[in-house]
Amino acid sequence: MYYEPVIGLEVHIQLNTDTKIFCSCSTLFGAVPNSQVCPVCLGMPGSLPVLNRKVMEYAVRLSLATGCKINNTSILARKNYFYPDLPKSYQISQFEEPFAEHGELVVKIEGQPSRRIGITRIHMEEDAGKSLHAESFVGKDESLVDVNRCGVPLLEVVSDPDFRTPQEAYEYLVHLRQIVVYLGICDGNMEEGSLRCDANVSLRPIGTTTLGTKTELKNMNSFRAVEKALEYEIHRQEMILENGGVIEQQTLLWDANRNVAESMRTKEYSHDYRYFPDPDLAPISMTAGDIEQVRANIPELPEAKRERFMRQFSLPEYDAQVLTESPKVAEYFEQTALRVKDKKAASNWIMGNLLRSLKERNEHLHQLKLTPAFLAELLTLIEQGTISGSSAKEVFEECLDSGKSPTLIVEEKGLLQISDLDAIEQIVSSIIEKNPRDVQDYLNGNEKVLGFFIGQIMRATQGKANPKLVNSILRKKLALLSK
Amino acid sequence: MQLTDLDYTSLRKRIVGREITCAQLVADYLDNIREKKPLNAFISVFEKDARQRAEEIDRKISANNAGALAGLVLGIKDLIVLSGAPTTCGSKILSNFISPYDATVIKKLAQADAVFIGKTNMDEFAMGSSSETSFSGAVKNPTATDRVAGGSSGGSAAAVAGNLCTAALGSDTGGSIRQPASFCGVVGIKPTYGRVSRFGLIAYASSLDQIGPLCKSVDDAASILNVISGYDHLDSTSANQPTEDYTTYLNRDVKGLIIGLPKEYYGAGLDPEIRQNIENRAAQLGKAGAEIVEVSLPHTEYAIAAYYIIATAEASSNLARFDGARYGVRAEKVMDLEEMYVKSRTEGFGSEVKRRIMLGTYVLSSGYYDAYYRKAQKVRTLIRQDFNNVFAQVDCLLTPIAPTTAFRLGEKIDDPLTMYLSDIYTVSCNLAGLPGIALPSGADSHGLPIGLQLLGKPFSEGKLLQVADFLEKLN
Repeated sequence: MYYEPVIGLEVHIQLNTDTKIFCSCSTLFGAVPNSQVCPVCLGMPGSLPVLNRKVMEYAVRLSLATGCKINNTSILARKNYFYPDLPKSYQISQFEEPFAEHGELVVKIEGQPSRRIGITRIHMEEDAGKSLHAESFVGKDESLVDVNRCGVPLLEVVSDPDFRTPQEAYEYLVHLRQIVVYLGICDGNMEEGSLRCDANVSLRPIGTTTLGTKTELKNMNSFRAVEKALEYEIHRQEMILENGGVIEQQTLLWDANRNVAESMRTKEYSHDYRYFPDPDLAPISMTAGDIEQVRANIPELPEAKRERFMRQFSLPEYDAQVLTESPKVAEYFEQTALRVKDKKAASNWIMGNLLRSLKERNEHLHQLKLTPAFLAELLTLIEQGTISGSSAKEVFEECLDSGKSPTLIVEEKGLLQISDLDAIEQIVSSIIEKNPRDVQDYLNGNEKVLGFFIGQIMRATQGKANPKLVNSILRKKLALLSK
Repeated sequence: MQLTDLDYTSLRKRIVGREITCAQLVADYLDNIREKKPLNAFISVFEKDARQRAEEIDRKISANNAGALAGLVLGIKDLIVLSGAPTTCGSKILSNFISPYDATVIKKLAQADAVFIGKTNMDEFAMGSSSETSFSGAVKNPTATDRVAGGSSGGSAAAVAGNLCTAALGSDTGGSIRQPASFCGVVGIKPTYGRVSRFGLIAYASSLDQIGPLCKSVDDAASILNVISGYDHLDSTSANQPTEDYTTYLNRDVKGLIIGLPKEYYGAGLDPEIRQNIENRAAQLGKAGAEIVEVSLPHTEYAIAAYYIIATAEASSNLARFDGARYGVRAEKVMDLEEMYVKSRTEGFGSEVKRRIMLGTYVLSSGYYDAYYRKAQKVRTLIRQDFNNVFAQVDCLLTPIAPTTAFRLGEKIDDPLTMYLSDIYTVSCNLAGLPGIALPSGADSHGLPIGLQLLGKPFSEGKLLQVADFLEKLN
């Protein structure tokens, strides 16, 4: 029998607000443990939460970008469970009446038709702290808790069970990450856990519509790990079903070192969270006016930008795709392209030399000394024939290092290309005069001699002669001799 | 006549007139606290701080820049936090807890130059109607020390009635200010939900809790309410509604006011002496030009059930943070995390608190949520509607506070259901978020104080004070 996987994803998106969701503590990553805390996020007796308005705004942005319907009222609810990194012993989240529902994302995989993935709901919640067990500074029978992350705002995006392959899940995650980065609501930093994904998967015989028993996969810390864990789990379930077994509903933890998913102890997930509306917080009400205000300030999203780049700058789809993968690269390109005539050349330089150099130098675009204005200057120097293509690469590297303007570098290094007609004619004439035998060879029909002449001319000019001019003048003069 | 017998309004005149000093007043109260230690009204006393603060305020008075409540010596129910001071909630689990911050009401009162003399005893986590469940022992009624002071703000009521402080803060979740005020013969106000910030009040049931004063006169209640009410950006449930000067409602008459007597509050189970007392008061109001009408609050009989479901549900979650992990008492010699939780909570909480946590956990559990919690919320809506309907006809309601006067210590402590049922006249007010006042109204044949209750629509504290003040001054 052939089976079809049915996959759903739950993605936690850590918002990049300055302050926490229910208090004014900083959300900065990597601070000294337990230094970014106050009575509210520490859950001290008597303290009360107050919702950060920025979180509402960010939730609206993501809801609009994913086509979700924003509920007029949504309820903040308590999810009750005991754990040392959860100071109140409940997490403020949303359960019944979430912030937004019924959206979708379209996932594209090359060579396949687009897939529409439904979004069940988007809700806001607070993050928990971090428990430390096996670090060097933790005693043998101890666990330590860092509460800094407590109260960092999260949006949870729950998808419908619409994925049929792990690859679709991967592409969805990449796309979702791109959207939240574009929206400016998340830094997209995977190492710092800014996006975290849990998956659930079940199998069913192809052609049937009822859902099989699902398992939940946790502990994947990259999108590739999600893809791998799903592949692993689909294979595992397939083997069980093919051997006539039944799937046990359970939560599995992905072990990235060993590439296996292992069952969590039953006890740890058989929670009854006893959700109920948090009486400390009024329901969130969103009017059409509130939503429109946010909509007006939503930045251009990747798809729209891609299409615009193709239209406005006449770029091929591939270029537009690569350039819009990150809003920063797109911005860099746009700032460059607006300053030059040859848009495609700008695209080529950014996709090629620039992105490669960033990687090699392990630098971020915003730290770069070679600004879009400098790159445009460099491209204009090439366009106008002021420097040669080979010199351009040298100028580019120098500008990355020193941050000096390309024009200044060209001057300092004497890279100015000789485009003066008279000057080039003189040099060409002198080379022809010095080599009468080779001229005769050419006149007898040996075209290869042309390369020799060009080599001689370039040597005489230290490579600064404009090759196009050299070529046409040389041909013209030789043609005159043949008459 | 001792100074400590006087209400704040009388004391203030003498303090501002330099007849007496705050320091002298604090010293007198401290003497009384020592003398009446058996009342068990205080859990902690800030002797040194209070004396020092009183001297500071005396200097301010000399310089003519003292605040609105200069010389008011306050007891604070031990579930309102003061920075650097112990706050136990009458529980073993918080017996070592020192708060790192001040409640909003504490900030406001300190700014108005009130003096905090100590933290008052209470039922553990405000769960009780007799102040017998405290880890620090039962509070005794100053009028008859074999009787309960009422609860849960029994320590605050006893401290005021016993002249251990000028006034005290309490909290009221289902009658916890009004019932002890009534049992001890003092004035108590439970303000409209949201009128006073809950920031720094350790929650029992967040949607019902409200801080209010217990004091010796309606005048005092108005003065204190003036200071503690108002919107607080730290409490999302506080009402963004302008405050008013409540003292402007004093010394008025009651001509033309319509006062309702809800018939469900005068049924079987009400002590005939209390009924007679309140009917006499109604007659007095009628004579003074108020119109007295009988009204009906038909869903009253469901109030107790709804209250104990909602309050315990919220409590089960509110009290989950007391787990021994970060503050409070942690059980020793535990093998693992689960044992730490179980032992700390088993040892740290008393039996009434455990009973309510279990009840609340049960009603929120999957499979039972709809039958209990959700249904109770619907009943709550119906009760609120009952009041809306009635307040379309009347200005306020006049009712008893409890079916009986103060009962004997130990009399009901082993019979939780009877204890819960004695909250019948007070819980609806919290479910509907209304303001309510408890006013002393003489005594029964045993000499025990009788209290009457006035209920009004949201934010009608002024009108309630007006009627209470009128009744108080009739005597």
